Amino acid sequence: MGRFAPLLPELILSIGAIVLMIAAAFAGRGAARLIGWLAVAVLIGATVALIGAPSHAGPIFDGMVAADLFASFGKAVIFPSAAVAIIAASGWFEGGSEHASEYSVLILFAAVGMSVMVSATSLVSLYVGLELNSLASYVLASYRRHDERSAEAGLKYFVLGALASGILLYGISLLYGFTGTTTFAGVAAAFGRGAPSLGLLFGLVFLLAGLAFKISAVPFHMWTPDVYEGAPTPVTTFFASAPKVAGVLLSVRVCIEALGPATDAWRQIVIVAALLSIFLGAIAAYGQTNIKRLLAYSSINNVGFALIGLAAGDAAGASSVLFYMTVYVVMTVGAFLCVLWMRDADGEPIETIASLSGLSQSRPAFAAAFAIFMFSLAGVPPLFGFWPKLLVFNAAVSAGYVTLAVAGIVGAVIGAYYYLKIVKVMYMDAPAEPYSPVREPVQGALVFAAAIAVSPVGYLLIGPLGSLADRAAGSLF
Amino acid sequence: MTTLPLLTILIAIPLLAGAIVLFLKPEGARWVALVATLLDLALSIYLWVAFDPNGPQWQFVEKVPIGGPINWALGIDGIALVLLNLTTFLMPICIAASWRSIEKRVPEYMAVFMLMEALMLGVFVAQDLFLFYVFFEGGLIPMYLIIGIWGGVERIKASYKFFLYTFFGSVLMLIAMIYMVATAHTTSIPALMAYDFPVDVQKWLWIAFFASFAVKLPMWPVHTWLPDAHVQAPTAGSVILAGVLLKLGGYGFIRFSLPMFPDGSLYFIPFMFVLSGVAVVYTSLVALVQKDMKKLIAYSSVAHMAYVTFGLFSMNRQGIEGAMIVMLSHGLVSGALFLVVGVIYDRLHTREIAVYGGLSNNMPGYALLFMLFTMASVGLPGTSGFVGEFVSLLGTYQASSWAAIAGTTGIILGACYMLWLYWRICFGEARTPEAAAMPDLNIREWWCLAPIALAVLWMGVYPESFIRPMRNDVGRLLVRLEHVAPAGDSHLILGKGAQHSPGHMDHGAMH
Repeated sequence: MGRFAPLLPELILSIGAIVLMIAAAFAGRGAARLIGWLAVAVLIGATVALIGAPSHAGPIFDGMVAADLFASFGKAVIFPSAAVAIIAASGWFEGGSEHASEYSVLILFAAVGMSVMVSATSLVSLYVGLELNSLASYVLASYRRHDERSAEAGLKYFVLGALASGILLYGISLLYGFTGTTTFAGVAAAFGRGAPSLGLLFGLVFLLAGLAFKISAVPFHMWTPDVYEGAPTPVTTFFASAPKVAGVLLSVRVCIEALGPATDAWRQIVIVAALLSIFLGAIAAYGQTNIKRLLAYSSINNVGFALIGLAAGDAAGASSVLFYMTVYVVMTVGAFLCVLWMRDADGEPIETIASLSGLSQSRPAFAAAFAIFMFSLAGVPPLFGFWPKLLVFNAAVSAGYVTLAVAGIVGAVIGAYYYLKIVKVMYMDAPAEPYSPVREPVQGALVFAAAIAVSPVGYLLIGPLGSLADRAAGSLF
Repeated sequence: MTTLPLLTILIAIPLLAGAIVLFLKPEGARWVALVATLLDLALSIYLWVAFDPNGPQWQFVEKVPIGGPINWALGIDGIALVLLNLTTFLMPICIAASWRSIEKRVPEYMAVFMLMEALMLGVFVAQDLFLFYVFFEGGLIPMYLIIGIWGGVERIKASYKFFLYTFFGSVLMLIAMIYMVATAHTTSIPALMAYDFPVDVQKWLWIAFFASFAVKLPMWPVHTWLPDAHVQAPTAGSVILAGVLLKLGGYGFIRFSLPMFPDGSLYFIPFMFVLSGVAVVYTSLVALVQKDMKKLIAYSSVAHMAYVTFGLFSMNRQGIEGAMIVMLSHGLVSGALFLVVGVIYDRLHTREIAVYGGLSNNMPGYALLFMLFTMASVGLPGTSGFVGEFVSLLGTYQASSWAAIAGTTGIILGACYMLWLYWRICFGEARTPEAAAMPDLNIREWWCLAPIALAVLWMGVYPESFIRPMRNDVGRLLVRLEHVAPAGDSHLILGKGAQHSPGHMDHGAMH
């Protein structure tokens, strides 16, 4: 039993998911709300179990997964944001003909997958975790299967995701073929023996390309705007938060633990992807009229900033990535929860930016929260979104990449424009038709908490969160 | 020294008031904002009185580590003290000036203004590099909202221009700050002021900081955001913009560029002098042809700020003290001029110069105060403008006579555009019947303008009150700059006399 102790969170999630799936099948649609809350309880339980689980167990199951502080940090971000995605769906699916209860179950399975992703220390467990998450995500994207856009989003995501998985698997098989092992330690040892061979390099490139797709880094971002727009908003909330964190953390671990000796080889790829993501995310968002599409580009943009921290390639860089993703999740989830509340008089969701016009006059608190998220995403001090940006640039400058930092920060200014545009629409335009009120006190409390967290009050978190991220990143080196 | 964290309280008062006013009705919001700003003024006056000019450099020091590379470290020297008082002095006046001219969304307006005050005070008292940056950049958000929500017709464009222009200038500074912290392993501003960076690094860092401060100040050619922002902003917004926000640039030069990168500053002296010289002449000429009153004053601000850069980069006592007085004086005078424009704008709702005329007939009190501020802007002896411009140009002359020539040209041009503006508005016959029917200043407007008028005269007659707190700090800065201060080209050379050397008749003709 002791062998399984480090896996306690995953066990809780898996057993909880299976039980709830059966319960959902028997209880039918009426129990959707109850099952949702139970799923939230399971996720909270798994998060609490992180405290008890040994976080320094190192590699377990012959090096398939590691239960280190890095993984625990990732899970501590992923589980709560998955729980928020479930809460976000409250009151969303009941009206339609969907099987509302399965939504929560799918999120639980995705959470297990993400949990494996962040702990994986072997190419095989990496792939299994990634696919478990992806398969759940494909279904979630097309959750409103009678809605054409949702179905299209699911299909698009699946086809492109399958292609990316293929690329990833090809990279894995190349690495396996040339190193004879699938563990990260073994791959690192092979890369450590002098200059990598062409086959190894190809494997590295394909592996990173596959990962870049999962975190929607440019040039593998094409699916993101379409899927984010088409998927139901709670699902988009989920896509933009937890899987993103899992993907980025997985990339960090792969780059540092498996490809560490080949840092010079992957660093150029990461730098290019980072800058392209920042600039494309910033520029392509200009003409968008759909708020979800705009936030999709925002997430592309943000992944670029996180990758700058990775490009530094040292412990400070990895720590800044952890910090960045944590704050990013809070800002993004907050923004999407606000989007959830954009409903017309019949309670149907609206997604146009124009409908936000004059929101500050009809719903001042709503507008203020949204504005805080926007300024924070733009990285404007005194809001807390500024600090993680500072940390990633700090890591880049300390590692000697001043030009990269300057280029990145120029991108941040370009990107600031469209966040400002949202604030302008809400605060400076004539009021449009007001949204119908949404009665979801829990969601309201979450938005409030997120807004407080990314307000200047968040600076109080720098100490504890920073040292935690430092220790978590330190466990990789 | 008292143990109360006075500087934190100074920042907390407006923040707290800003949160409260959001829940009040318009009238209550106005009063709470006024009381809060007056409290802050009282506190800052107490700081001035309690500040010991001969004491340690940094007084009222507070330091609370937040964790990570940022500390809640506050403290002021004489330079920060006077600018701090300028801010708290202008704030109640801004609130009073907006009393009736802002009618829509008053609680929000007051809240944003309170936030603005807290952030600006934070800039002057921050002793931590990143904390400074947070305050410095944070000011963009409230100003963006002030221009964008309560501004004129073109407010949206102006607000974007303001935000993106200044944001872009500042982010480069952020990278430089990160680099400095990574090199010097401290975020403490006093420690960094004594740290010697390698000379070639100093040049790069200097450029990065210049990018930010030059936009804020603003210097030619990156001043183009200013006229738009000023014209579109509501009156009180313009006052704060001209009175305090522009000072952040000058404060940045004196707090960062000069003491932290003395060699870099030396290297860029010619560059600064050329830009300042162009600014003085060019923007003065542009001001001459403006048809919009606010735009005219905005361009005159750019010209006046060039005296600041002239003075600072001449790196001698007169230059730096003069630059500080120009900053204070300009803060008061241009703020007052924007208020003066606001007074008649509130009555006729146009800033077109051609609409007015002959106001000295129906608004004698107004014409009197306007005359005083015009003269102060021109630099008439007895007003603050004279002291600042004279002393800073005196310093400039010691560093470079050509720079001083350019600078004094600006004084002449300044007299041209200001006097012509005054003549067109106040003298002659009213050009429209509406202008002739305007009533004189009411009590509230007197209360706004009279304190500034007194301060302007005080600074003009007895500038020592304002120079005393910062004298030692300027001295410390000069010690830091000693090895780089330019020798100048205007030293008297003891010759043998013309009659003994008839072949050298052209000697000294340059001067």
